[in-house]
Amino acid sequence: MMTDRFSIAKCLARNASPLVLCGAVALIVIGTALANDAALDRTVTEALVRIVYVVGLYIFVGNSGVISFGHTAFMAIGAYTTAWQDCCSTTKSLFMPALPNVLLQANVPPPLATIVSGVVASIFAGVVGLAIVRLSGIGASIATFAVLAIVNVTFSNWDSVTAGTSTLVGIPNYTDHWIALLWAVIAIFAAHFYQTSRFGLSLRVSREDEVAAKASGVSIFRQRLIAFVISAFFVGVSGALYAHFLGTISVDAFYIDISLLTLAMLVVGGMNSLSGAVVGVAAISLLIEVLRQSEHGFALGSLTVSAPRGTQEIGLGVAMLVMLIFRRNGIAGNQEIGERLSRFLAPQLQRSSKLTEDF
Amino acid sequence: MIAALQILVDAISLGSLYALATLGVGLVFGVLRLTNFAYGDFITVASYALIVPTAGATEIVIGRWPWPFLVTAAVGVVVIVSMTSEYLVFRPLRTAKPAVLMIGSFALGYIIQNIIILVYDGRPKAVGLWPDLGEAIVLSGLRVPKLELLTIVVTLVLVGALVLFLKVSPFGVQMRAASEDFRMARMLGVRANTVIGTALAISGFLAAVVSLLFLAQVGVMSFNMGVPLMLFAFVATVIGGMGSLTGALIGGYILGFASILLQALLPEDLRTFRDAFVFAVVIVILVVRPQGLLMPRAARERV
Repeated sequence: MMTDRFSIAKCLARNASPLVLCGAVALIVIGTALANDAALDRTVTEALVRIVYVVGLYIFVGNSGVISFGHTAFMAIGAYTTAWQDCCSTTKSLFMPALPNVLLQANVPPPLATIVSGVVASIFAGVVGLAIVRLSGIGASIATFAVLAIVNVTFSNWDSVTAGTSTLVGIPNYTDHWIALLWAVIAIFAAHFYQTSRFGLSLRVSREDEVAAKASGVSIFRQRLIAFVISAFFVGVSGALYAHFLGTISVDAFYIDISLLTLAMLVVGGMNSLSGAVVGVAAISLLIEVLRQSEHGFALGSLTVSAPRGTQEIGLGVAMLVMLIFRRNGIAGNQEIGERLSRFLAPQLQRSSKLTEDF
Repeated sequence: MIAALQILVDAISLGSLYALATLGVGLVFGVLRLTNFAYGDFITVASYALIVPTAGATEIVIGRWPWPFLVTAAVGVVVIVSMTSEYLVFRPLRTAKPAVLMIGSFALGYIIQNIIILVYDGRPKAVGLWPDLGEAIVLSGLRVPKLELLTIVVTLVLVGALVLFLKVSPFGVQMRAASEDFRMARMLGVRANTVIGTALAISGFLAAVVSLLFLAQVGVMSFNMGVPLMLFAFVATVIGGMGSLTGALIGGYILGFASILLQALLPEDLRTFRDAFVFAVVIVILVVRPQGLLMPRAARERV
């Protein structure tokens, strides 16, 4: 057994799920690049940024079973940290006069700024996590919301550093579909390696039964904190990517709506599997796009039929409800997409792939 | 002295409003284990009921009725909306995981909000509801707006009625049994649909009252006006102790007092950050008492 441990088939089998997921996402991006359609390109890039967010969210929520309303706080921190680093060198001192001189002078290259933003979000998560991950269930969820509210109020009113509620403009447009794809792939693989690692498995055990996990020597506090910090990194990066994608940010965009929409994507996809996270984003993004198209109107013979304003959102809400009611374990049904494939490639690996299944 | 009393009255009044909202959230959580994200939209619906059936920005129909009819109409509309939601959304999802139920309620709220946008467009509307209530009663230097008094009185009456209902009426007893142990209560003959339906009806009733009091205070309605109230109510339910109604009341008053006191005591330049401090207090309370201030027996996990 040990001799062929590194055989290609086994390596593929172990990583079948992330490979399939990334492959599918990459195919969509390549298709978009070939289609050369600006609107489609924006939609796909935005969806990829959402994948980074939701996969990051999944690392904590999916593995720990604790619902977080607060991850948008990390996105806001990621986006603003980006703005502090590489926004608008000429007007920076006007918008954000109280920034330290180093930052005022700084013009950090966007790739580096993106990583730094993730790290800053992580550090913040590490600090607030010390208090939050001690809690369980709905108490933890409300505490995460409290963090989001604090970040939101602070950013809205700390005018000299964040320009208050006004929109910051002039962030370089660095996120294109390839950059977003790169980060989506990194996030998917990181989530996969995390959830099959010792840490991820311990956390998943605690999700199923806190008391049993404690009795088996799992420190729930430590495992949750680790997941919280990793998760915040990717959500922070998604904020940076988003800022680099739009070129403008305003604090209103980072509040409970985004938290709930991303949670809805995760739950609709299936919150206990990585495949669910990715499929959920894909399904809802596709749905939003289809509804948006129908709102623009489509030609029916000689006349254009278009839906009135607001129907897009109502349609989205109804579709989400229908999916929840008829597939309450999510589209992926708590299964990983590559499980069959990995059994086919290396039947003797069954045991390890079982571990990622929902028990 | 007068200033301190003034702050106290303001705090009791705001606390009462939060406490009413919190009770509506707490009751439903008790029987259904549902964190109802559509609750804020129930609050919104009650206000918009006042301008039904017109879609115009300035025409108000029900809002011009004498107050007993007006209140009945607003309450009726919300109770219908909330019981319909129970039938269409919460009933099929009843046995689903709490997270799924919660996202279901979010989707429902999203639909309600956008129906309001579709019908009445997204702009806020100014509505002068009961302008007389804005006047203040002056008592040896103490200025108490009538609306604050009304809020406090209404809260006292409703809480009294609710306690009576829960302790005496068969529905109330069944409801308490169901929030203690839903499965056991069903085995003993409590009808799930009746209990959950009643809980949602009462929750809708409270949402309507909160909505009218809030609208009379701010004078402006918008499609997401209920959301901040709902969020405060969630926070209050959790710090009070999920599933405990006394806890819900206490939680509501704590938030009201914290908001008003911080508003009065914080230095001028930190005042805009008031809510950040309120939520910091919330986190501290949660860390010190993770199960909430009052923990109902049913919430304790048995091993």
